[in-house]
Amino acid sequence: MSRKPLVRECPPTTWYFRQPRYLRYMSREITSIFVGAYCVLLVVGLQRLAAGPAAWEGFLLALRSPASIVFQFLCLIAAVYHAATWFNATQKAMPLQIGEDFVPGNVISGAHYAVWILLSLVVMFFAGVF
Amino acid sequence: MTPLKERLVQLEVLRYNPDTDTEAHFQRYEVMCQEEWVVLDALNKIKADIDPTLNYRWSCHMAVCGSCGMMINGEPKLSCHAFLRSYEGVIRVEPLAHFPIERDLVTAPDDFMEKLKRVKPYVIPKEEKPISEGEYKQTPAQLMKFRQYSMCINCMLCYAACPQYGLTPSFIGPAALTLAHRYNLDSRDGGRKERMEVVATKEGVWECTFVGACSEVCPAHVDPASALQQLKIVGSIDWIVEHLIPGGKS
Ligand code: SF4
Ligand code: FES
Repeated sequence: MSRKPLVRECPPTTWYFRQPRYLRYMSREITSIFVGAYCVLLVVGLQRLAAGPAAWEGFLLALRSPASIVFQFLCLIAAVYHAATWFNATQKAMPLQIGEDFVPGNVISGAHYAVWILLSLVVMFFAGVF
Repeated sequence: MTPLKERLVQLEVLRYNPDTDTEAHFQRYEVMCQEEWVVLDALNKIKADIDPTLNYRWSCHMAVCGSCGMMINGEPKLSCHAFLRSYEGVIRVEPLAHFPIERDLVTAPDDFMEKLKRVKPYVIPKEEKPISEGEYKQTPAQLMKFRQYSMCINCMLCYAACPQYGLTPSFIGPAALTLAHRYNLDSRDGGRKERMEVVATKEGVWECTFVGACSEVCPAHVDPASALQQLKIVGSIDWIVEHLIPGGKS
Protein backbone atom coordinates (compact mmCIF):
# COMPACT_ATOMS: atom_id res chain seq x y z
CA MET A 1 0.00 0.00 0.00
CA SER A 2 1.49 3.32 -1.04
CA ARG A 3 1.60 6.29 1.32
CA LYS A 4 0.12 9.67 0.47
CA PRO A 5 0.37 11.73 3.64
CA LEU A 6 -1.62 14.97 3.68
CA VAL A 7 0.27 18.03 4.88
CA ARG A 8 -1.77 20.78 6.48
CA GLU A 9 0.24 24.01 6.50
CA CYS A 10 0.46 26.19 9.61
CA PRO A 11 -1.00 29.56 8.50
CA PRO A 12 2.07 31.86 8.51
CA THR A 13 0.34 35.13 9.44
CA THR A 14 -2.71 34.12 11.45
CA TRP A 15 -1.47 31.20 13.55
CA TYR A 16 -1.48 33.20 16.78
CA PHE A 17 -5.28 33.51 16.69
CA ARG A 18 -5.56 29.74 17.02
CA GLN A 19 -4.92 29.63 20.77
CA PRO A 20 -5.22 32.16 23.63
CA ARG A 21 -1.74 31.07 24.74
CA TYR A 22 -0.31 32.15 21.38
CA LEU A 23 -1.92 35.57 21.82
CA ARG A 24 -0.35 35.81 25.28
CA TYR A 25 3.00 35.00 23.72
CA MET A 26 2.54 37.62 21.00
CA SER A 27 1.56 40.25 23.57
CA ARG A 28 4.81 39.53 25.41
CA GLU A 29 6.79 39.87 22.19
CA ILE A 30 5.02 43.12 21.25
CA THR A 31 6.07 44.73 24.53
CA SER A 32 9.62 44.75 23.18
CA ILE A 33 8.54 47.30 20.53
CA PHE A 34 7.67 49.73 23.33
CA VAL A 35 10.87 48.93 25.20
CA GLY A 36 12.84 49.55 21.99
CA ALA A 37 10.98 52.80 21.30
CA TYR A 38 11.75 54.05 24.81
CA CYS A 39 15.44 53.26 24.28
CA VAL A 40 15.34 55.43 21.15
CA LEU A 41 13.78 58.20 23.26
CA LEU A 42 16.66 57.93 25.75
CA VAL A 43 19.24 58.14 22.94
CA VAL A 44 17.49 61.24 21.55
CA GLY A 45 17.59 62.69 25.08
CA LEU A 46 21.34 62.12 25.29
CA GLN A 47 21.82 63.76 21.92
CA ARG A 48 19.75 66.78 23.06
CA LEU A 49 21.81 66.99 26.24
CA ALA A 50 25.01 67.07 24.21
CA ALA A 51 23.54 69.83 22.01
CA GLY A 52 23.42 72.31 24.90
CA PRO A 53 21.09 73.69 27.61
CA ALA A 54 18.49 75.16 25.24
CA ALA A 55 18.09 71.88 23.34
CA TRP A 56 17.83 69.96 26.62
CA GLU A 57 15.14 72.30 27.97
CA GLY A 58 13.18 71.84 24.74
CA PHE A 59 13.46 68.08 25.10
CA LEU A 60 12.19 68.21 28.69
CA LEU A 61 9.27 70.36 27.59
CA ALA A 62 8.40 67.90 24.82
CA LEU A 63 8.46 65.07 27.40
CA ARG A 64 5.73 66.86 29.37
CA SER A 65 3.28 67.03 26.46
CA PRO A 66 0.14 64.90 26.95
CA ALA A 67 0.99 62.64 24.00
CA SER A 68 4.45 62.04 25.40
CA ILE A 69 3.07 61.23 28.85
CA VAL A 70 0.64 58.69 27.35
CA PHE A 71 3.53 57.15 25.38
CA GLN A 72 5.73 56.92 28.47
CA PHE A 73 2.90 55.39 30.46
CA LEU A 74 2.38 52.72 27.79
CA CYS A 75 6.14 52.06 27.77
CA LEU A 76 6.11 51.65 31.54
CA ILE A 77 3.27 49.11 31.43
CA ALA A 78 4.96 47.22 28.58
CA ALA A 79 8.34 47.21 30.37
CA VAL A 80 6.84 45.97 33.65
CA TYR A 81 4.90 43.22 31.85
CA HIS A 82 8.00 42.21 29.89
CA ALA A 83 10.14 42.18 33.04
CA ALA A 84 7.58 40.07 34.90
CA THR A 85 7.51 37.44 32.13
CA TRP A 86 11.32 37.45 32.19
CA PHE A 87 11.56 36.98 35.95
CA ASN A 88 8.92 34.26 35.86
CA ALA A 89 11.06 32.48 33.26
CA THR A 90 14.16 32.51 35.45
CA GLN A 91 12.89 29.58 37.51
CA LYS A 92 12.76 27.47 34.35
CA ALA A 93 16.10 28.57 32.96
CA MET A 94 18.07 28.48 36.21
CA PRO A 95 16.92 25.65 38.47
CA LEU A 96 18.86 25.32 41.68
CA GLN A 97 19.39 21.85 43.10
CA ILE A 98 20.44 21.37 46.72
CA GLY A 99 21.10 17.72 47.47
CA GLU A 100 18.23 15.73 45.97
CA ASP A 101 15.74 18.60 46.01
CA PHE A 102 15.21 21.63 43.84
CA VAL A 103 14.71 25.07 45.35
CA PRO A 104 11.03 25.96 44.68
CA GLY A 105 10.61 27.97 41.50
CA ASN A 106 8.87 30.90 43.15
CA VAL A 107 11.87 31.38 45.45
CA ILE A 108 14.12 31.79 42.40
CA SER A 109 11.74 34.18 40.64
CA GLY A 110 11.05 35.94 43.95
CA ALA A 111 14.78 36.57 44.47
CA HIS A 112 14.93 38.22 41.05
CA TYR A 113 11.96 40.45 41.89
CA ALA A 114 13.64 41.40 45.18
CA VAL A 115 16.90 42.37 43.46
CA TRP A 116 14.91 44.29 40.83
CA ILE A 117 13.11 46.32 43.49
CA LEU A 118 16.37 46.93 45.35
CA LEU A 119 18.20 48.13 42.24
CA SER A 120 15.23 50.32 41.28
CA LEU A 121 15.37 51.95 44.74
CA VAL A 122 19.12 52.56 44.34
CA VAL A 123 18.57 54.14 40.91
CA MET A 124 15.73 56.28 42.31
CA PHE A 125 17.97 57.33 45.20
CA PHE A 126 20.71 58.52 42.84
CA ALA A 127 18.08 60.23 40.69
CA GLY A 128 17.15 62.26 43.78
CA VAL A 129 13.62 60.89 44.18
CA PHE A 130 14.02 60.54 47.96
CA MET B 1 -25.79 0.06 42.75
CA THR B 2 -26.81 3.19 40.90
CA PRO B 3 -26.77 2.76 37.13
CA LEU B 4 -23.97 4.51 35.27
CA LYS B 5 -25.03 7.80 33.74
CA GLU B 6 -25.13 7.86 29.95
CA ARG B 7 -24.91 10.81 27.60
CA LEU B 8 -25.34 11.27 23.86
CA VAL B 9 -22.05 12.68 22.60
CA GLN B 10 -21.53 14.35 19.24
CA LEU B 11 -18.09 14.14 17.72
CA GLU B 12 -16.83 15.85 14.61
CA VAL B 13 -13.92 13.78 13.39
CA LEU B 14 -11.47 14.74 10.64
CA ARG B 15 -11.38 12.03 7.98
CA TYR B 16 -8.80 11.49 5.26
CA ASN B 17 -8.48 8.45 3.06
CA PRO B 18 -5.22 8.56 1.07
CA ASP B 19 -6.62 6.12 -1.49
CA THR B 20 -9.60 8.28 -2.49
CA ASP B 21 -9.29 11.80 -0.99
CA THR B 22 -7.23 14.85 -1.90
CA GLU B 23 -8.56 16.86 1.06
CA ALA B 24 -9.58 16.04 4.60
CA HIS B 25 -13.18 16.59 5.72
CA PHE B 26 -15.14 16.44 8.96
CA GLN B 27 -17.60 13.66 9.66
CA ARG B 28 -20.19 13.97 12.41
CA TYR B 29 -20.98 11.00 14.70
CA GLU B 30 -23.52 10.68 17.49
CA VAL B 31 -22.76 8.02 20.03
CA MET B 32 -24.15 7.04 23.42
CA CYS B 33 -21.35 7.23 26.00
CA GLN B 34 -20.98 6.73 29.69
CA GLU B 35 -20.41 9.88 31.68
CA GLU B 36 -16.94 8.92 32.90
CA TRP B 37 -15.59 7.89 29.50
CA VAL B 38 -12.72 9.54 27.69
CA VAL B 39 -12.68 10.64 24.03
CA LEU B 40 -10.82 7.44 23.10
CA ASP B 41 -13.70 5.36 24.49
CA ALA B 42 -16.12 7.29 22.31
CA LEU B 43 -13.95 6.63 19.25
CA ASN B 44 -13.76 2.94 20.12
CA LYS B 45 -17.56 2.83 20.41
CA ILE B 46 -17.91 4.52 17.02
CA LYS B 47 -15.48 2.07 15.45
CA ALA B 48 -17.23 -0.93 17.01
CA ASP B 49 -20.85 0.08 16.42
CA ILE B 50 -21.07 2.76 13.71
CA ASP B 51 -18.07 3.05 11.41
CA PRO B 52 -15.35 0.36 11.31
CA THR B 53 -13.36 2.39 8.75
CA LEU B 54 -12.32 5.03 11.29
CA ASN B 55 -8.55 4.95 11.91
CA TYR B 56 -6.64 6.15 14.96
CA ARG B 57 -3.77 4.94 17.14
CA TRP B 58 -3.90 3.85 20.72
CA SER B 59 -2.51 1.16 22.94
CA CYS B 60 -2.34 1.53 26.71
CA HIS B 61 -5.49 3.55 27.54
CA MET B 62 -3.64 4.87 30.60
CA ALA B 63 -1.52 7.80 29.41
CA VAL B 64 1.78 5.96 29.32
CA CYS B 65 2.35 4.74 25.75
CA GLY B 66 1.98 8.15 24.10
CA SER B 67 0.30 6.84 20.95
CA CYS B 68 -3.20 8.35 21.18
CA GLY B 69 -2.36 12.06 20.79
CA MET B 70 -4.98 14.10 18.91
CA MET B 71 -6.23 17.66 18.66
CA ILE B 72 -9.38 17.82 20.75
CA ASN B 73 -11.22 21.10 20.28
CA GLY B 74 -7.95 22.50 18.93
CA GLU B 75 -5.85 21.45 21.91
CA PRO B 76 -3.22 18.67 21.72
CA LYS B 77 -4.38 15.94 24.13
CA LEU B 78 -3.98 12.26 24.84
CA SER B 79 -7.43 11.02 23.84
CA CYS B 80 -7.27 8.40 26.61
CA HIS B 81 -6.82 11.23 29.09
CA ALA B 82 -9.43 13.65 27.71
CA PHE B 83 -12.57 13.09 29.78
CA LEU B 84 -15.90 13.62 28.00
CA ARG B 85 -17.25 15.42 31.06
CA SER B 86 -14.76 18.24 30.42
CA TYR B 87 -16.44 19.06 27.10
CA GLU B 88 -19.77 20.53 26.15
CA GLY B 89 -21.44 20.47 22.77
CA VAL B 90 -19.84 18.95 19.71
CA ILE B 91 -16.32 17.68 20.32
CA ARG B 92 -14.00 18.31 17.41
CA VAL B 93 -11.34 15.64 16.97
CA GLU B 94 -8.45 16.14 14.55
CA PRO B 95 -5.08 14.47 14.02
CA LEU B 96 -2.11 16.05 15.79
CA ALA B 97 -1.30 19.42 14.23
CA HIS B 98 1.99 19.98 12.36
CA PHE B 99 2.34 16.34 11.32
CA PRO B 100 1.34 14.93 7.92
CA ILE B 101 -1.91 12.97 8.09
CA GLU B 102 -1.47 9.34 7.14
CA ARG B 103 -5.14 8.38 7.39
CA ASP B 104 -7.99 9.86 9.49
CA LEU B 105 -6.51 10.56 12.94
CA VAL B 106 -3.25 8.73 12.26
CA THR B 107 -0.26 10.99 11.63
CA ALA B 108 3.19 10.23 10.22
CA PRO B 109 5.77 10.52 12.99
CA ASP B 110 8.78 9.98 10.67
CA ASP B 111 10.16 13.50 11.13
CA PHE B 112 10.10 13.23 14.93
CA MET B 113 11.78 9.82 14.82
CA GLU B 114 14.55 11.16 12.61
CA LYS B 115 15.10 14.12 14.96
CA LEU B 116 15.18 11.86 18.00
CA LYS B 117 17.99 9.89 16.38
CA ARG B 118 19.97 13.03 15.63
CA VAL B 119 20.26 14.09 19.28
CA LYS B 120 21.69 10.69 20.32
CA PRO B 121 19.21 10.01 23.12
CA TYR B 122 21.23 7.37 24.95
CA VAL B 123 24.10 7.30 27.40
CA ILE B 124 27.46 7.62 25.66
CA PRO B 125 29.72 6.40 28.47
CA LYS B 126 32.56 8.70 29.53
CA GLU B 127 34.81 5.69 29.49
CA GLU B 128 33.96 2.20 28.34
CA LYS B 129 34.48 -0.48 30.92
CA PRO B 130 34.04 -4.23 30.70
CA ILE B 131 30.82 -5.73 32.07
CA SER B 132 32.89 -7.58 34.67
CA GLU B 133 33.61 -4.22 36.36
CA GLY B 134 29.92 -3.83 37.14
CA GLU B 135 27.34 -1.12 36.60
CA TYR B 136 27.81 2.63 36.22
CA LYS B 137 26.63 3.88 39.60
CA GLN B 138 24.67 7.03 40.31
CA THR B 139 23.58 8.79 43.50
CA PRO B 140 19.92 9.80 44.04
CA ALA B 141 20.95 13.46 43.71
CA GLN B 142 22.60 12.75 40.35
CA LEU B 143 19.42 10.98 39.24
CA MET B 144 17.17 13.84 40.33
CA LYS B 145 19.16 16.24 38.18
CA PHE B 146 17.62 14.79 34.99
CA ARG B 147 14.76 12.59 36.21
CA GLN B 148 11.96 14.94 35.17
CA TYR B 149 13.34 15.09 31.62
CA SER B 150 13.42 11.30 31.39
CA MET B 151 9.63 11.03 31.86
CA CYS B 152 8.83 11.81 28.21
CA ILE B 153 6.43 9.32 26.60
CA ASN B 154 7.14 10.52 23.02
CA CYS B 155 3.52 11.52 22.48
CA MET B 156 4.48 14.50 20.29
CA LEU B 157 1.81 16.74 21.84
CA CYS B 158 4.52 19.35 22.39
CA TYR B 159 5.27 19.41 18.65
CA ALA B 160 1.59 19.86 17.88
CA ALA B 161 1.49 22.77 20.35
CA CYS B 162 4.67 24.47 19.14
CA PRO B 163 4.02 27.18 16.51
CA GLN B 164 7.74 27.36 15.75
CA TYR B 165 7.71 23.72 14.69
CA GLY B 166 4.58 24.34 12.62
CA LEU B 167 6.18 27.30 10.84
CA THR B 168 9.72 25.92 10.58
CA PRO B 169 9.56 22.13 10.32
CA SER B 170 13.37 21.84 10.37
CA PHE B 171 13.26 22.84 14.08
CA ILE B 172 14.44 19.85 16.09
CA GLY B 173 11.67 20.62 18.53
CA PRO B 174 10.82 20.31 22.23
CA ALA B 175 10.88 16.59 23.07
CA ALA B 176 14.05 15.68 21.13
CA LEU B 177 15.98 18.66 22.50
CA THR B 178 14.75 17.88 26.00
CA LEU B 179 16.05 14.34 25.68
CA ALA B 180 19.42 15.72 24.56
CA HIS B 181 19.45 17.78 27.75
CA ARG B 182 18.43 14.76 29.81
CA TYR B 183 21.48 12.80 28.61
CA ASN B 184 23.80 15.82 28.88
CA LEU B 185 22.82 16.07 32.55
CA ASP B 186 23.47 12.38 33.23
CA SER B 187 26.54 11.82 35.39
CA ARG B 188 27.41 8.64 33.47
CA ASP B 189 27.38 10.39 30.12
CA GLY B 190 30.27 11.82 28.12
CA GLY B 191 28.41 12.70 24.91
CA ARG B 192 27.59 16.35 25.60
CA LYS B 193 29.98 17.74 23.01
CA GLU B 194 28.56 15.53 20.22
CA ARG B 195 25.00 16.45 21.14
CA MET B 196 25.66 20.18 21.44
CA GLU B 197 26.87 20.21 17.83
CA VAL B 198 23.29 19.33 16.86
CA VAL B 199 21.53 21.16 19.70
CA ALA B 200 23.23 24.59 19.84
CA THR B 201 22.31 25.50 16.27
CA LYS B 202 19.69 27.52 14.44
CA GLU B 203 17.61 24.37 13.87
CA GLY B 204 18.22 23.42 17.47
CA VAL B 205 17.49 25.54 20.54
CA TRP B 206 17.93 28.87 18.76
CA GLU B 207 14.75 28.28 16.77
CA CYS B 208 12.87 28.28 20.09
CA THR B 209 11.35 31.66 21.02
CA PHE B 210 9.96 30.41 24.32
CA VAL B 211 6.27 30.37 23.52
CA GLY B 212 6.02 27.85 26.35
CA ALA B 213 3.08 25.95 24.81
CA CYS B 214 5.02 22.65 24.90
CA SER B 215 5.15 22.68 28.69
CA GLU B 216 1.50 23.63 29.02
CA VAL B 217 0.29 20.63 27.00
CA CYS B 218 2.81 17.99 28.12
CA PRO B 219 0.85 15.18 29.82
CA ALA B 220 3.95 13.85 31.59
CA HIS B 221 4.95 17.18 33.20
CA VAL B 222 8.32 17.06 31.50
CA ASP B 223 8.40 20.86 31.06
CA PRO B 224 10.37 20.84 27.81
CA ALA B 225 10.41 24.67 27.71
CA SER B 226 12.61 24.69 30.80
CA ALA B 227 15.06 22.21 29.25
CA LEU B 228 15.34 24.34 26.12
CA GLN B 229 16.00 27.55 28.06
CA GLN B 230 18.69 25.73 30.05
CA LEU B 231 20.23 24.46 26.81
CA LYS B 232 20.37 28.04 25.53
CA ILE B 233 22.39 29.03 28.59
CA VAL B 234 24.70 26.01 28.19
CA GLY B 235 25.16 26.79 24.48
CA SER B 236 25.91 30.46 25.20
CA ILE B 237 28.49 29.62 27.87
CA ASP B 238 30.15 27.13 25.51
CA TRP B 239 30.31 29.84 22.83
CA ILE B 240 31.81 32.42 25.21
CA VAL B 241 34.43 29.95 26.45
CA GLU B 242 35.32 28.97 22.91
CA HIS B 243 35.40 32.42 21.29
CA LEU B 244 36.11 35.00 23.96
CA ILE B 245 38.37 33.32 26.50
CA PRO B 246 41.97 32.91 25.28
CA GLY B 247 42.88 29.25 25.19
CA GLY B 248 39.27 28.40 26.16
CA LYS B 249 38.76 25.87 23.39
CA SER B 250 38.42 22.52 25.03
S1 SF4 C 1 7.92 16.25 26.20
FE1 SF4 C 1 5.85 15.84 26.99
S2 SF4 C 1 4.49 16.49 25.29
FE2 SF4 C 1 6.54 16.27 24.42
S3 SF4 C 1 6.63 14.17 23.61
FE3 SF4 C 1 7.45 14.11 25.71
S4 SF4 C 1 5.70 13.61 27.02
FE4 SF4 C 1 4.86 14.26 25.04
S1 FES D 1 -3.47 5.02 24.65
FE1 FES D 1 -1.46 5.08 25.51
S2 FES D 1 -1.25 7.17 26.00
FE2 FES D 1 -3.30 7.06 25.35
